[in-house]
Amino acid sequence: MNLAAIAWKSLKQRALASSLTAFSVALGVMLMVAVLVIDSVLGSVFSQRSVGYDLIIGPKGSALQLVLSTIYHINPPIENLPYRFYREIEKDPRVSLAIPVAIGDTTEQGAFPIVGTMPRYFVEEYAPNRKFLIRGNTLRKPFDALIGSHVAAANRWNIGSTFRMVHGGADTGHVHNEEFTVVGVLKQTGTPNDKSVFVHLDGFYLVQGHDKPFGEAIIREREFFSEPALSPEALAAEVARLERKYSHAHHDHDHGHQQDHFEEVPDLQKEVTSILVNCKTPIAANLLAAEMKKGFKAMGVNPIFPMKQLMDNVLGGVKVLLLVMTGLIIAVSGIGIFVSIYNSMAARQREIAIMRALGAQRGTVLSIILAESIMLCLGGGIIGLLLGHGLVFVAAPMVELRTGLLMNPWTFQPLELVIFPVLLVLGSLVGLLPGLTAYRTDVAEALAK
Amino acid sequence: MTLELRNVRKSYREPGGRVVPVLSISEFRVHAGEQVALIGESGGGKTTLLNIIAGITAADAGEVLVGGTDLCRLPEVVRDRFRAERIGYVFQTFHLLPAFTALENVLLGMSFSGKPVDRRRAMSLLERVGLGHRLTHRPGQMSVGEQQRVSVARALANSPLLLLADEPTANVDPANQQLVLDLLRDSCRENQVALLLVTHSPEVSRQFDRVDRLAEFNRTETSA
Repeated sequence: MNLAAIAWKSLKQRALASSLTAFSVALGVMLMVAVLVIDSVLGSVFSQRSVGYDLIIGPKGSALQLVLSTIYHINPPIENLPYRFYREIEKDPRVSLAIPVAIGDTTEQGAFPIVGTMPRYFVEEYAPNRKFLIRGNTLRKPFDALIGSHVAAANRWNIGSTFRMVHGGADTGHVHNEEFTVVGVLKQTGTPNDKSVFVHLDGFYLVQGHDKPFGEAIIREREFFSEPALSPEALAAEVARLERKYSHAHHDHDHGHQQDHFEEVPDLQKEVTSILVNCKTPIAANLLAAEMKKGFKAMGVNPIFPMKQLMDNVLGGVKVLLLVMTGLIIAVSGIGIFVSIYNSMAARQREIAIMRALGAQRGTVLSIILAESIMLCLGGGIIGLLLGHGLVFVAAPMVELRTGLLMNPWTFQPLELVIFPVLLVLGSLVGLLPGLTAYRTDVAEALAK
Repeated sequence: MTLELRNVRKSYREPGGRVVPVLSISEFRVHAGEQVALIGESGGGKTTLLNIIAGITAADAGEVLVGGTDLCRLPEVVRDRFRAERIGYVFQTFHLLPAFTALENVLLGMSFSGKPVDRRRAMSLLERVGLGHRLTHRPGQMSVGEQQRVSVARALANSPLLLLADEPTANVDPANQQLVLDLLRDSCRENQVALLLVTHSPEVSRQFDRVDRLAEFNRTETSA
């Protein structure tokens, strides 16, 4: 019989106390594993791995707000950029891809964020090496819409479903008359795309109020590009010219169904909330972002930095707090193991003396006690590891349904491997004092009792 | 010579500080394969003597030679290993581990010797003491006679030079006393193991060719 077998026998002898103490360790480890898995899910969502773009270009303001609104659709946009600016970015020789995004409205049902964008958005990788899979069709006509998997499930929408959008968020109450039709459903991505509704940018501008009046558009555009303001007379003349031009163009069209025939909104009247940009090289992206810093109207943000700051400063602190708390639970469990073993020592003096009388060395009985506490800690750790992942396994469907976050319960974090050496040390520490009691046992006296 | 004691002295200090001599033995010998019954009054130091011979208790002075090795000169770890390998011990109250089966109790005796655990030998020893059908029973599931037989098998597990038995029949029911005694003596005879058996029972001691009274060779002032 080796020491482990002898230790195991002793643990079995005190099955209830052993199980309860091991279970208390298991609970601590379970919570720690759950925290780590949740942290990894959040980490993957709020990291470069979930964003397939080098830069987000938006109006000057908070970089974090720009990323949260553009990528995560959880903040109102900062301001708008003229469509002409998007055209300039698109033509920039350093840029390989520029996709305009218009956000701010929500669905009437479920208040899901609506993203006006181009069909190309769904061709490009939404995250490194991950492309959209669409059931149905992509955006082709102005009033086409694609919906995320979570939206489809929550609103029970499918291909052919129609909806209207609420202007500037659900709480304003103004519902646009234009109706969009779902033509495709995105397969689950585990990103905020799952909880978003995408409409064709052309259709977005056709919604009443989304195209700026000529006068306001001229003033805003000239201001943005730091061009001299027009005199009231010149502005009026320019507005009149544009109205004549586009009024004429409109009359040439055959007004039919909104899906089949629509009037092209002049670029002047269009605005975007941000532009998703990929550059030809990382250096080009840095240069472009640095160049924008010098201007006053727009900024280029690498989406990873603000989110990393948020993760490190806010969520990182919460994570540390949770880990410290679970660590304390494990430490308290360790004290439980200590109390359990230490209390059993008085009753085990004779048992230890018998082993010593049979030839067990002092170090051997010390090792047996240490093996017991280490077994309780590691056994509890293994059970806790399984329970932790089991907990995530059970909770994952509910979390997915409520938040759209994809949780893989069998994703192991490197930190989980650290749990076991820590438990080994904990087991050794809590077993040391009872072990020393065993070490110092007076064999003749204990046998005589 | 299996066992030789020379000028062994042992005393205890009472809580009040008074030193109480327990043993003072100038010479005591047991030859290889010899069987000796040691008799004496209660509190006369018989168990202390066995513990000193086993290396469980350290003598204050003198030499305790087992198979020519002076236990008093060995470091404790070496003495523990020596005890495991060369000395078997049968206790009055058996001292079996309650969580372990009969077989495991015998295997436990082998575990500390440094030699590989021989499961087959352990089973054969238990069969030899008539417990082949009780291998997986725990002490609590066995009679006292059976428990003492397990303790005999455990004491013989490592093929010792010397077997010490401290009142081995005192707690055994009368029906099993002779059985246990015969088992001990026969097993020692078969394996050429020297036996030093402490008893206060005349029925037991009279069966031995050599019976030593502790008081006769223990020269302490307080010894009876």
